Amino acid sequence: MYSFSEVNLKLLDGFKVTLDLFALTLIFGLILGLIISFGSMSRFKPLSFVTKVFIWIIRGTPLMLQILVVFYAPGLVFGKPNLFSNAPIMLRDERFMAALFTFVINYSCYFSEIFRGGIQSIPVGQHEAGQVLGLSKTQTFFRVILLQVVKRIVPPMSNEIITLIKDTSLVRVIMVVEIIKVAEKFTAKGMIWPLFYTGLFYLVACGIMTLLFGLIEKKLSYFKA
Amino acid sequence: MAILEVIDLHKSFGKTEVLKGISFSMEPGQVLSIIGSSGSGKTTLLRCINFLETADRGKILLDGDVLFDADGEKLTAAERRALQPKIGLVFQQFNLFPQYNVLDNVTLAVKLRAKKEKNAASRKAMNAEIEEKAIALLNKMGLGDKLKNYPCELSGGQQQRVSIARAMALEPKILFFDEPTSALDPELTGEILKVIRALAAEHMTMVIVTHEMNFAKEVSDHIVFMDKGVIAEAGPAAELFDNPQTERLRSFLSNYN
Ligand SMILES: Nc1ncnc2c1ncn2[C@@H]1O[C@H](COP(=O)(O)OP(=O)(O)OP(=O)(O)O)[C@@H](O)[C@H]1O
Ligand SMILES: [Mg+2]
Repeated sequence: MYSFSEVNLKLLDGFKVTLDLFALTLIFGLILGLIISFGSMSRFKPLSFVTKVFIWIIRGTPLMLQILVVFYAPGLVFGKPNLFSNAPIMLRDERFMAALFTFVINYSCYFSEIFRGGIQSIPVGQHEAGQVLGLSKTQTFFRVILLQVVKRIVPPMSNEIITLIKDTSLVRVIMVVEIIKVAEKFTAKGMIWPLFYTGLFYLVACGIMTLLFGLIEKKLSYFKA
Repeated sequence: MAILEVIDLHKSFGKTEVLKGISFSMEPGQVLSIIGSSGSGKTTLLRCINFLETADRGKILLDGDVLFDADGEKLTAAERRALQPKIGLVFQQFNLFPQYNVLDNVTLAVKLRAKKEKNAASRKAMNAEIEEKAIALLNKMGLGDKLKNYPCELSGGQQQRVSIARAMALEPKILFFDEPTSALDPELTGEILKVIRALAAEHMTMVIVTHEMNFAKEVSDHIVFMDKGVIAEAGPAAELFDNPQTERLRSFLSNYN
């Protein structure tokens, strides 16, 4: 049998995968989410329509199903093992890449709706004040609108991001060895407690996130918007 | 020579024609008040002059610049932006930037305009100068002790004074006010009227949309009375109030007494 510290080390390996997936999804998902939100708010009707249909499909189907489709469908359709087999060497962990790709797409759609809600909730008078003072649209967005949007979206974002940490456990369906998958290997060998013990890792991670968001909220409490 | 000239301006929203041929002109240093019942098109007129709406027909000239000419070439976004600082607009709802303190609200646009300056040293000197001017302006508005306060920490009257200072900081040739006191408690309107009176004494050219008849009478040289999208009557303030010529103006004024 394994000692407590051996179990911890193995679980930490798995948790590193969990955190990698979490952090990379967050970074790329937020950027892509902002871009998608502009698409869905576009005054060019075909673009906003296509974007909204895309968001509907992504939010309307289970993330688990999306992971399976991204991982298996290319091989079934094109006869290739998967999307990433031609990628540079460091990106060749095809299971992880398929998982990351799916998560970025999925979460960027949720993020985009939060951005859209935030941006559209800023009174039109703020844009007009910027314009009347001679600011360009870009200057108005970055100097005037953005921080007000950030302040408004902190609570829904923190919800979504805490859900993301826990959703990463889904990727074990395509054999990405994140923390719960590691724990399951112990279970197969008759050790059940590591599985329950993983909960602690999530709790700590979510606790840190909660504190972080509380800090941001406090930092932005100096103004009302 | 007229500083502002509006010629036969028309504007419709869908099928409703809101401005049905507005013409008037102003001399430098004049104060013009626009009065008229709700829905007569006063705000729309200001918005057309300030590039917040585009008129359908007519012409707007400001001190030699063409702001709008339905028959001429359309201004590009860059041309409009270059002209924008020459026209100031004070909103009914202030529209201050909540995340900036009073001083930054006033200096933001001026600093961004000065930012094109490449030389870092001269840019720093410029910013210092901008701040100095802004502080002087805010002192004059009685806000000298509020420089570091945020809009949410100010009364409505103070916020409106900041927004007037913000518009003035760009040194516009003409300043427009859209009901500057109507979002304020009655006891706070006095402080705004005082500021406008002080600006008038300095010969700032101003156009004020207002429902405060006593104020309009006192501060303006000229009055324009709008009714259903047309100018029903216009003239020197004293004459127009004391001796209205049209039945429409008479009945409008009688609502205020
Ligand atoms: N963006 C818009 N779309 C459609 N109709 C509009 C729009 N803006 C104004 N209107 C209409 O134009 C008319 C004139 O409105 P405007 O705001 O210019 O009146 P006003 O004289 O400023 O009135 P108030 O004294 O109430 O401020 C109103 O009937 C209004 O409903
Ligand atoms: Mg109005």
